[in-house]
Amino acid sequence: MTTVADRPTGLEEGVLATPEFEKAAARAASRRGLLLSLPAYAYLAVFFAVPLGIVLIYSFATRNRFGGTDLSGWNLDAYRKLGEPIVRDILFRSLWLAALTTLICLVVAYPFAYFIATRPPVVRNLMLVFVMIPFWTNFLVRNYAWRVLLGNDGLFTNISEALGLGERELLFTTSAVVIGLVYGFLPFMVLPLYASIERIDLSLIEASRDLYASGTQTFRRVLLPLSMPGVIAGSILVFVPSLGAYVTPEILGGAKTTLLGSYIVTQFLTARNWPVGASLSFVLMAVMLVATLVYFRTGGKNL
Amino acid sequence: MNAGASEPIAAVRLAGITKRFSDVVAVDSVNLEIADGEFFALLGPSGCGKTTTLRMIAGLEFPTEGSLKIFGDEAGTLPANKRPVNTVFQDYALFPHMAVEANVAFGLKMQRVPKHEIAGRVREAIRLVRLEGLEQRRSRQLSGGQRQRVALARALVNRPKVLLLDEPLGALDLKLRQEMQGELKALQREVGITFVFVTHDQEEALTMADRIGVMNEGRLLQVGTPAEIYEHPVNRFVADFIGQTNLLDASVVSNDTVCLANGDHIDGHCDLPVGTRVAVCLRPERAGMHPPEEVPADRQSVVGRLEGVTYLGNALVYTVSLGWARLEVRRENQPGGYRPPVGEEVAVSWTLDAISVVRA
Repeated sequence: MTTVADRPTGLEEGVLATPEFEKAAARAASRRGLLLSLPAYAYLAVFFAVPLGIVLIYSFATRNRFGGTDLSGWNLDAYRKLGEPIVRDILFRSLWLAALTTLICLVVAYPFAYFIATRPPVVRNLMLVFVMIPFWTNFLVRNYAWRVLLGNDGLFTNISEALGLGERELLFTTSAVVIGLVYGFLPFMVLPLYASIERIDLSLIEASRDLYASGTQTFRRVLLPLSMPGVIAGSILVFVPSLGAYVTPEILGGAKTTLLGSYIVTQFLTARNWPVGASLSFVLMAVMLVATLVYFRTGGKNL
Repeated sequence: MNAGASEPIAAVRLAGITKRFSDVVAVDSVNLEIADGEFFALLGPSGCGKTTTLRMIAGLEFPTEGSLKIFGDEAGTLPANKRPVNTVFQDYALFPHMAVEANVAFGLKMQRVPKHEIAGRVREAIRLVRLEGLEQRRSRQLSGGQRQRVALARALVNRPKVLLLDEPLGALDLKLRQEMQGELKALQREVGITFVFVTHDQEEALTMADRIGVMNEGRLLQVGTPAEIYEHPVNRFVADFIGQTNLLDASVVSNDTVCLANGDHIDGHCDLPVGTRVAVCLRPERAGMHPPEEVPADRQSVVGRLEGVTYLGNALVYTVSLGWARLEVRRENQPGGYRPPVGEEVAVSWTLDAISVVRA
């Protein structure tokens, strides 16, 4: 009798040993992982966290009369300056242009990404290479190329004249900046959209059509919700750099359309008001951080 | 009223339906009528065009040529969302971002059925497939069998005139598949809707369908009840594809005589011209086996050597080599039967009504 009762207990111990072992193995793996990522953490600490701390300290400092910065007597003056109409206008204009750029990218990229994702694999890869080809040329050079295209005797003015729309001056306008930003950041929208659409089982679209949904309803109820992670990732990847864009507005924009990036540069180099430049940089970063958090909160859901 | 009006309208009527993908003919001038309330199976090997045919009825593919009518209305060019049919997809295609309830309600919502009616019909459909209590689950939290029920409920809730099923049991394991066969059949009787299902599994088709259409290489070869298809296959392909069978090469000598490949003349009815190459089809369970000198007078036979025996428990399958062909004979496992040892010379016999002569 006792032997029969004893045996299951012994067996249970054997079974219990397995999760224990797995836990230990997982701990060892995570220790190894930490060791391997140490160089990256060290690099980030020295070249990212430390400078960031310096910027933060400067944003609470005061500009002295000679264009230097007094680190004593911390205050919020620099942040208060951001509420002034000039800065506020620049902030809102930048937010608006970044949002507009994001929206245009989304509208242009979505059908394109869907098209790529539904091609046979060989065609797919080829088209993705085409999307990435612009990266092979320097960003600055590409922006200057747009200057030529949009300029006085450029392609766009010529077409506009040929169509009888009169001579259109595009260069150095807000439109030119948006065109340049859309052009520059479009691949950042296409790639995440492609990645998330490609994962969707296309028979879901057929199922939706079979269940009496029109093309529009299918898009709204099935395709869009399922590709939301791509939409959000792409939007952040376009919105964030658009908001802080410096090169494109400098080259294609006019003097009347100062954006955040240019304003910050001016504060640091021309006005020599480091605290204001630093505080503005921090506000910009806060906006990006919020956007990224939104992504991680929504991106993980549903799928 | 004219005489035609009294004739029942076919649920689905295909006339000369052809589908070409660039230069590949997937479906080749198929003519088919499926009656209202019928459980119809499209059977064939993969790539035979059965799924394309089903997709054309669903509106997910459009015929290159021919006419497709659903309850008398021309539907060949209508998009899927305008047809009174619903589909149970092969891998169910449940919406992963919606719970079971929302999946089932989807079709009704799209048709703008009033909200209170949707709730009632969804509840009823979920009860019909016995999924009560799982309404709020996502599809990834369901087992294969449960997913299949959701797919069924999602289609049936719309009360389609025809329900299309694409390999509905293909993704399930054997035991569940057999269980679902009976359930699907019962469900079809309960709702009384025409079911058209596609399968490559001949056993599934024989078990479930009222009628079967056998397809190969884009052509519809034969349409009939399971018994007709099994017992009177129209050609070698159908005979071979449905069930186990022995096929002996032969040619037509006269209306009731064929010449086997070894030169023997045997009796066998066929209406084909003299000289046509045919095959004599003999099902293993209809063949008899005797010592060569003891063949009963009313049976014809061929003599060969017993090559092997497969023990199946309820039956034994004997493999007999004729030298120019090999035959299988299936015998129920009864005590006291004739059980020759391997290597023995035996006669394989049959009565005239046990064989059919089919086009090669």
